[in-house]
Amino acid sequence: MTHTPVHYAAASGAFSVSWLLILLPLAGAAVLLLGGRRTDRFGHLIGTLAAAASFVVGVVLFAAMLGRSGDDRAVSQHLFSWIPVNGFQVDVGLLVDQLSIVFVLLITGVGTLIHIYSIGYMAHDPARRKFFAYMNLFLASMLLLVLGNNFLSLYAGWELVGLSSYLLIKFWEDRPAAATAANKAFYMNRVGDVGLAIAIMLMFATVGSTSYADVFGAAAANVIGYGTISAIALLLLLGACGKSGQFPLQAWLPDAMEGPTPISALIHAATMVTAGVYLIVRSAPIFNETQAARTVVVVIGAITILLGCVIGCAYDDIKKVLAYSTVSQIGYMFLAVGLGPAGYAIGIMHLLAHGFFKAGLFLGAGSVIHAMDDDQDLRHYGGLWRYMPVTWATFGLGFLAIIGFPGLSGFFTKDRIIETAFDKGGTSGYLLGAVALLGAGITAFYMSRLFLMTFHGRPRWSSEGEDARHPHESPPTMTGPMIVLAVGSTFAGGLFVLGHSMQDWLEPVAGEGVEGVHTFSPIVLTALTLVVVAGGFAAAWLRYQARPVEATARPDTEVTLVTVAARHDLFANTVNETIAMRPGQFLTRFLVWLDLVGVDGLVRGSAAGIGGLSGRMRRLQTGFVRSYALSMLGGAVLMVGALLLVWGG
Amino acid sequence: MNPANYLILAALLFTIGTAGVLVRRNAIVVFMSIELMLNASNLTLVTFSRLHGTLDGQVMAFFVMVVAAAEVVIGLAIILSIFRTRRSASVDDVNLLKY
Amino acid sequence: MNSVPWLTILLVIPALAAVVVAAFPRRLATQAKQLTLAVTLAVLVLAVLATFAYHPNRAGFQFSQHYDWISTFGISYAVGVDGISLVLILLTALLVPVVVLSSWDEFDGDPQDEGPAGGALPEDGGLPAGGGLPESGGGTAVLVATPPVRVEAVAQAVPVPRRSVPVFCALLLVLEAGLVGVFAATDVFLFYVFFEAILIPMYFLIGSFGPAQQQAQRSYAAVKFLIYSLLGGLLMLAAVIGLYVVSAEHLAHGTFDFASLRQLDITPGVQKLLFAGFFIAFAIKAPLFPFHTWLPDAGAQAPVGGAVLLVGLLDKVGTFGLIRYCIPLFPDASDYFAPVVLALAVIGIFYGALLAIGQRDMKRLVSYTSLAHFGFIALGLFAFTSQAGTGAVLYMVNHGLSTGLLFLVVGFLIARRGTADIGAYGGLAKVTPVLAGVMLIAGLSSLALPGTNSFVSEFLVLVGTFTYNKALAIVATTGIVLAAIYVLYLYQRTMTGPITHEANRNLPDLSWREKAVVAPMIALIIGLGVYPKPLLDIIRPSVTATYTDVGRSDPAPPHPVTSQPGGRS
Repeated sequence: MTHTPVHYAAASGAFSVSWLLILLPLAGAAVLLLGGRRTDRFGHLIGTLAAAASFVVGVVLFAAMLGRSGDDRAVSQHLFSWIPVNGFQVDVGLLVDQLSIVFVLLITGVGTLIHIYSIGYMAHDPARRKFFAYMNLFLASMLLLVLGNNFLSLYAGWELVGLSSYLLIKFWEDRPAAATAANKAFYMNRVGDVGLAIAIMLMFATVGSTSYADVFGAAAANVIGYGTISAIALLLLLGACGKSGQFPLQAWLPDAMEGPTPISALIHAATMVTAGVYLIVRSAPIFNETQAARTVVVVIGAITILLGCVIGCAYDDIKKVLAYSTVSQIGYMFLAVGLGPAGYAIGIMHLLAHGFFKAGLFLGAGSVIHAMDDDQDLRHYGGLWRYMPVTWATFGLGFLAIIGFPGLSGFFTKDRIIETAFDKGGTSGYLLGAVALLGAGITAFYMSRLFLMTFHGRPRWSSEGEDARHPHESPPTMTGPMIVLAVGSTFAGGLFVLGHSMQDWLEPVAGEGVEGVHTFSPIVLTALTLVVVAGGFAAAWLRYQARPVEATARPDTEVTLVTVAARHDLFANTVNETIAMRPGQFLTRFLVWLDLVGVDGLVRGSAAGIGGLSGRMRRLQTGFVRSYALSMLGGAVLMVGALLLVWGG
Repeated sequence: MNPANYLILAALLFTIGTAGVLVRRNAIVVFMSIELMLNASNLTLVTFSRLHGTLDGQVMAFFVMVVAAAEVVIGLAIILSIFRTRRSASVDDVNLLKY
Repeated sequence: MNSVPWLTILLVIPALAAVVVAAFPRRLATQAKQLTLAVTLAVLVLAVLATFAYHPNRAGFQFSQHYDWISTFGISYAVGVDGISLVLILLTALLVPVVVLSSWDEFDGDPQDEGPAGGALPEDGGLPAGGGLPESGGGTAVLVATPPVRVEAVAQAVPVPRRSVPVFCALLLVLEAGLVGVFAATDVFLFYVFFEAILIPMYFLIGSFGPAQQQAQRSYAAVKFLIYSLLGGLLMLAAVIGLYVVSAEHLAHGTFDFASLRQLDITPGVQKLLFAGFFIAFAIKAPLFPFHTWLPDAGAQAPVGGAVLLVGLLDKVGTFGLIRYCIPLFPDASDYFAPVVLALAVIGIFYGALLAIGQRDMKRLVSYTSLAHFGFIALGLFAFTSQAGTGAVLYMVNHGLSTGLLFLVVGFLIARRGTADIGAYGGLAKVTPVLAGVMLIAGLSSLALPGTNSFVSEFLVLVGTFTYNKALAIVATTGIVLAAIYVLYLYQRTMTGPITHEANRNLPDLSWREKAVVAPMIALIIGLGVYPKPLLDIIRPSVTATYTDVGRSDPAPPHPVTSQPGGRS
């Protein structure tokens, strides 16, 4: 059966230079890496400039897209032929459409802000130039990921962001923990990448192409069997789980916090980890065809929401709490996009809003960590609002945004997810809605805990003595981006829902968001959500504000089992170690032994056997002439006998 | 005269020579036994030459005699030099060339 | 047509140069190296020129030459290239000068011959003993580049004779000539002769020029390599003769001419026997599991340059033989044995990777990674699709670059520190950042990261295999996780963390010479990762023709796109 590909407009005007988006940061990285120490003095400026220039190109493209009519907005540009082998033709090409452009703006926009922030944050690091080089490399890779017009280009970007993430997690690579965390991240991402790679192979084997146009054309034409398309979707999901830190591949993300804080903000909160959501929304034509895969997506999303929330309550490390918060917020996005056409746009909205407030929160956390001499323990903070008002204010806005305070971003986007989950209908709808609602409550609890323990209450540090702390506000290069992001966190959500702007914008990509039958009326649900959120906040207030906080956590023996489990990441690492690492180590050792003793033993054994045999045979050479003569005689007799037998008889 | 008798004689001589080579230890005696074997085969050659009425066998016999003479020269020289160094003409004492 | 005898030129120049260089006295070591470098660079230039003269889309062999050699048995000197052999000759021409330059002062640190001064073993780190040795004319460089680490190495050692640099250069040149011959031969007997001939220089490279202090292990490895390869070679010789006999039955005269043999219609039973003879030889050479145990030994005991050539080029003769001889000559047997080969390939991918993870010696580690890579190559060749086959041939080139670079980096480390033991390193990224970066790039290429050359070939192999057999491809794909582990685990143990050994604190970073060695490799690794089309365009027609000749075509997707068959967008 044949079918026609999806139509994309050809690149013209501003779109013909869309490759500049990728090239600019790539060139920045190349200059910084090849230039070596010569560029140490101004490297950060080049890096920031490259990011900013890319952002400007993104804005220009966005403006150009607004100027086009709805049907012409998706522009595909063929750059060059990458891997052409007979039936397998892969090009490097870019697709600038409504979905990729919002990602471009998010990546370059937040990216530029974080570049600026890093100028201050990394000011004292001797390897600052390298840091900017890697960040530029990340921007280029991430842009390739979202701009590629076929799955293989996406895969290239997908693995390259993994590389940049690896490089930046282990940026302080003389710390063994950082090196290990980086390796762990890469390994687990690769597990996901296997899924993505096999999905691409399956697409090629089925459709004979890996380009979006052809694959989506085939998916929309409904010619691919249900089993095949479900398999493709599930494999894509495996890739998405790896990159986005979703259950069961979530364990690397908290460890990745070993990297510098700007990286946690840029890569492990705002952009790279949301690539999984991008992948699912991009592959909407595939997921639309398979209810089974969508079910798996929502289940994973739901599990991850709860998992992230629960663990987030137990950690005292400010970055780890934020990391698990990221895990759970991406769970929300998965939940949304797993609901199909009703949820794609909402998932993206939450993703964008999350990009703002979580980046802001991380930058704020970085500012606090900076002020507290690299101490990341919440229990050593307290009462900091007095000393760092700007950080307090911006962090506070991010905090309000994430818990869904009315009017701020999270309020609009997360509420819509909860609403859509309930609207799914049936038992599953109630279940998912309840999970989302519960998650909102717990989020409010742990984020309030974080906020209160950091900025309010009595200080649990002292400005005197051996361990003296002198918290101070950060320099303008750091606070500037925080302010911008706080503004974004405040207004982005409202902007998206204003007149359905975001949903209408994404409609050509994500399909029409069908307004389902409301299970509850939106007002009731909003009220309910607010009550739950307020409950979470109140619980945190009572526990961490009304009562003094201990400066050290209680030992595992004095807390509930749930807390113990949460402190140990719900034993995710234990599970990974038990089912993968330990058997792997054992297998490796066994194989090394087997190769030495078994396989090579066989080789050496046969050599030794031949050697031994010839050693025996050698003994026949006695040196006694008469015995040689006898054996000659024997030989001659044998020969004559044989001849007689043959010829004589 | 039956030519078979010559062949029988040759076979006898050859057997005696073989036995001599195998059982005797003195190099000179072994050497003489070898000569005996050579001459036994010479006798056979001549006999067959006579039987077939051609000269090939006789020519071969001369060849053998010439070669045997050369061999005696070299062989005796070797035996002599071994005797000089090892004070023995026994072939069993000359067993250094082994494994 | 083309009248320039490119292949004979490429073959004769290094061979003649080898004779000349071998005649150099030891004290002219520097001149010998300069001449060798010049000659190998000239060969590289000629090989590139030949590539431009090559017409990718013309069927059959090009630059062909044919002279009778032993006409009684139909043996001739016949050379010619198709796309497959051309890219391998290019790789040869590239790697040899790289190796020459990378080994530039490898033997300068060797202890000197016993000189008139009395010949006591020099105590001062292998520098020439004070008594002005007559032979140390080339020793001005000696004084400059001796790594301090030799001190501990020499102190515990038995006297080691100084190794002759001209001989080393001559061996490299002989090897180059032999490799060009192997890839260019279109007469099966000539191929066999070259196939065995390249063993000899490699034997001496391992046996005489390996790590100075490990004489026993060195000769063990060299002999193991030689005997193992000879064993395979003899099986192949039997098959080659068998092939001649079969051709004598089918044709008026027996022949060893590849093109004629290809036309034969050999009965399946005979095909299986002959296939087995060739296959085992190639499987040992490549090597495939379970014929691989000589490789880690040889790889660990060869000098670094020798290891690069061994794994980067010599082993390619095996995989090259699979697609050049096994598949076209014995199509039915290839079909019959394909499951076995594919199984060995997949086992090799995992086995090699897991063993690489478990190694403590860097050179052995890299050797085992090669085992995994050869698994991918064999998988691609026997999946019988043009994508997998093209990917596999491209993989041969890419593996030469990536593993070659990895070996070079390991060699740089050993030259600085004197040991291949991973435990002796740690935290070097701070001390030698450029070296660390190069190692990471080589490693990333080895784990087939997109943007590096290996990704293109590995993905082609996998996607091509997938259309042939889904289960195999899926299993093989999971091997990429293991690749990530062995590469990054190596990097973690050598480059990251705190510096654990004081000796590592002041290691020098890459010198200009070393940078000049790695720069072209890195450029090619990234260049071919981003734009592999030129090479693919050379390889693809030949591979496609090979499979078409044996009656194989790519399976068509069940739901193709209508508008453009290529699926461009």
